[in-house]
Amino acid sequence: MSIETVFEIVLVAVVLTLGVWTIVVPETFSATVGFVAYGLLVALIWVRLDAADVALTEAAIGGGLGGVLLLGAAARLRDADMMADARPGKLLRAGAAALSVLTAAVLAGVVLLLPDPAPTLAPAAVANAWATGLSNPVTNVLMAFRAMDTMLEKVVLLLAIIGVWSLAPDSAWGGRPGPRHQADPRGVLAFLARLLPPVGIVIGIYILWTGSDHPGGAFQGGAILASMWLLAIMAGLADTPLVSHRSVRFILVAGPGLFLLVGLAGLLFGAAFLSYPPALAKPLILGIEIAMTLTIAATLGLLLAGAPERSTEP
Amino acid sequence: MSLARDVMTIAAVSAGAFFFLAGTVGLLRFPDTLTRLHALTKADNLGLGLVVLGLLPQAASLRDGLKLVGIWLLGLLAGATVSQLIARAARHGQLNR
Repeated sequence: MSIETVFEIVLVAVVLTLGVWTIVVPETFSATVGFVAYGLLVALIWVRLDAADVALTEAAIGGGLGGVLLLGAAARLRDADMMADARPGKLLRAGAAALSVLTAAVLAGVVLLLPDPAPTLAPAAVANAWATGLSNPVTNVLMAFRAMDTMLEKVVLLLAIIGVWSLAPDSAWGGRPGPRHQADPRGVLAFLARLLPPVGIVIGIYILWTGSDHPGGAFQGGAILASMWLLAIMAGLADTPLVSHRSVRFILVAGPGLFLLVGLAGLLFGAAFLSYPPALAKPLILGIEIAMTLTIAATLGLLLAGAPERSTEP
Repeated sequence: MSLARDVMTIAAVSAGAFFFLAGTVGLLRFPDTLTRLHALTKADNLGLGLVVLGLLPQAASLRDGLKLVGIWLLGLLAGATVSQLIARAARHGQLNR
C-alpha cells in the first residue's frame, strides 16, 4: 500500500468521524465548528481527486462563508434560548433518521452500481476547448458548454437573496441588513480589516482572471471579495448598504442580466441561445465572468448580512 | 545539488510536522484557553513556516516560491489576529463571570 493510499484512508476516516460528530454533538456552536473543519477536509479530498476548482469552491463556501452563516444562526438561536425545549419529538427524529439512511443507501448503491469505466464527457470537453480560447476545461463547461446551468444558478442566488429579504419586518423594508457592528477602531479586528482587504481584493481578481486557464473563476473570486467586504463590515469600518438602493439592485442583477442578454443575442444573431461566435467567445465569457464576480460578491455578502433590520430613517 | 535540496526539505518539513504535533498535544493537554492558544500559535507560526521553508527548494520557479512565502505570511497574519481576538474574548468572559 503506497503512502498516498494510507493518507487517503486516514483522511476519509477523519471526515466520516467528523461528519458523525457534527450530527450527534448537542451544542449548536460545536456542531458549527465541526462543520467548518469538515468543509476544509472535504476540500482536501477534492484536491486529492485533482478537482482543484471544486476544492477552492468547497473551501470558500463550505468552510468559509457557510461557516459564518451557521455561526450567525447559532448565535441567534442562543439568544432566542429555544435550544433546550424545542427538540423535535421522537417520531419526527426517527422519521428523519430513516429518510437520511435511505438517501445514503440509495446514493451508495448508485455509486457502487456505476459502470466501469464510468460514462464521461471529459474527453469531448477537452477536445472542443479550441472553440472558446480558454484552456481550463471546468471554465469551458461552466461558461460555454453548459452555460445555461450556470446562468440559472445565478438566478437561484438572486431568488435566495429575495427570500432572505422577505423576512424583513415592514418597518425595516428597504433598510440596512444586520446590526451595525461596533469594534475598537484601534483594535486587532479593525487593523486586520484595514490590512487584509487590499491583498484579498488582488487575490480575488487574480483568481477570476486565472480561471480561464487554471483552477479558479468567478465564483471563487467572488467569494473572496465577499469575505473582504464582510470583514470590513464586521470590524465596523463599513456599513451594509440600503437594500432599496438602486446601485445595489443593479449589481445584484448585473451578472445574470448580462448572461441573459448575451444568450438572447446568440439567439438573434447566432446559432442558438447562449451560442458565442468563436472569434468573440473569450471576450464575451470574460465580460460575463467579471459581471458575475461582482454579482456573486454582492449576493454572498448580502446573504450573510441577513434580512434588513434597520429602517431607512436612523 | 538535488540531494542537498532533498535533505533540507526532509529536515525542515519534519521539524515543521514536529511543531504541529507538539502544538496539537498542547491544545489537547493544556489547562486553559490562554495556554492552549500559546500552543496553537506555535504550530501555526513555526510549524507552517518550517514546512514552507522545506518546500522552497522544491519550488519550480521564483514565482511559486514567492507564493509559498505569501501563504505563510497570510497564515501568520490570520493566526496572530485570531489568537488575539480569542484571548480577548476569553479574558472578557473571565472578568464578567
